[in-house]
Amino acid sequence: METNILGGSTMKNDAADGLKDVRIQGRMKTAQRVGLSWIKSSTHEQPYWNPYQAGVGIGVVLLAAFVLMGRGLGASGAFTSLVAAGVDTIAPQHVHSNTFYENYLGSGNSSPLKDWLVFEILGVIIGGYVSGSMAGRRRAFVEKGPSMTSRGRMAYALLGGLIMGFGSKLARGCTSGQGLTGGAVLSVGSWVFMVTVFSGAYATAYFVRRQWL
Amino acid sequence: MSAPLYPNGFLSENAGLAIAVILGIAFGFFLERGGLGSARKLAAQFYLTDMTVFKVMFTAIITAMLGLFWLSWLGILDLAQVHVLPTYLVPQAVGGLIFGAGFMMGGYCPGTSCVAASIGRRDGYVHLLGMIAGIFLFGEVFPFLRQFYNSTSLGPITLPQILGVSPNVAMFLIVAAAIAGFSLATKVERWAEHRGFPSSKGNLSTHP
Repeated sequence: METNILGGSTMKNDAADGLKDVRIQGRMKTAQRVGLSWIKSSTHEQPYWNPYQAGVGIGVVLLAAFVLMGRGLGASGAFTSLVAAGVDTIAPQHVHSNTFYENYLGSGNSSPLKDWLVFEILGVIIGGYVSGSMAGRRRAFVEKGPSMTSRGRMAYALLGGLIMGFGSKLARGCTSGQGLTGGAVLSVGSWVFMVTVFSGAYATAYFVRRQWL
Repeated sequence: MSAPLYPNGFLSENAGLAIAVILGIAFGFFLERGGLGSARKLAAQFYLTDMTVFKVMFTAIITAMLGLFWLSWLGILDLAQVHVLPTYLVPQAVGGLIFGAGFMMGGYCPGTSCVAASIGRRDGYVHLLGMIAGIFLFGEVFPFLRQFYNSTSLGPITLPQILGVSPNVAMFLIVAAAIAGFSLATKVERWAEHRGFPSSKGNLSTHP
């Protein structure tokens, strides 16, 4: 089926699709207005890179982090700093009675948000935005399989995010901090983590197939 | 030996934070380039039609692993100063299973949900909110989980140490397994497509 950049199909365009097109078009315009004009937005959705090419790119970035900083990349840690900073603002006593939060507050001399991973994640958001814009993939919509409602997908995303966030803390990191970083330095726990992440996801896939297939 | 630069005092704290932003930009860029900002592409890994997640992750791990090895062999990098994450076997295995189930339901991992949000995916924003709630929930129940969280501690142990082989042998085995895995993954993709499994390949606008 032929499709256009705004997500509507050009062959079968019923009333609901048309309405959605108008809505998406409006959002696109807003995005372009607030977007950075120097990034040349592609109007045609380009194919993804070969996975090995993207993988080497990420590997070189990870290697650069080791060489420059002596540490790897991460993601969930940045959000833990955010949570710890938030709880510290609302209930400082509560934070200091909990070693989990306390570990993310740093020395106390500067903001817990002045953290390496927080800055790295800000970069990730910029990098994703630049790449998506250049490839014509920056569009506001809910990504899901054809037989799922948007509301249902949002509920799954919220619940899945919650479960995943909890799991990442129990495992002391996520697919970036444990998987990539720990994987490259051959940490045993990181490889155990990766095997169990894939096992957990394959075991769950059947039960949530309506969301994706 | 001068690298890693930051632990050896060659870089200020602010320079380190600037590097964090620059490396983050490159990381986010390559994640999006590979298609890892797309929930359906990530999910397709677990319906066997698109093994991109596996291919990207293991290519990245091998690239960084071999890079560390060569830089250390050339005397540029002191591997002893590269932080190895300590292992807590059982909590990490249980955490991994929980994480995997959440990944399948939510469609993203923490890094990829940032990328998805950056390119406008509304499920990406919601996923980020869910993750923040999940971390908060963990923080709140941490006093009850503390003992389990710190159990089966093995320290900063590596695969070659636990397997009783030299690091070179371990790296050779990992590269060999990855190459075999890549070839197998491509075969599985073809098989799944042949069986008529729905594919996420091609233009993502098909089901916006």
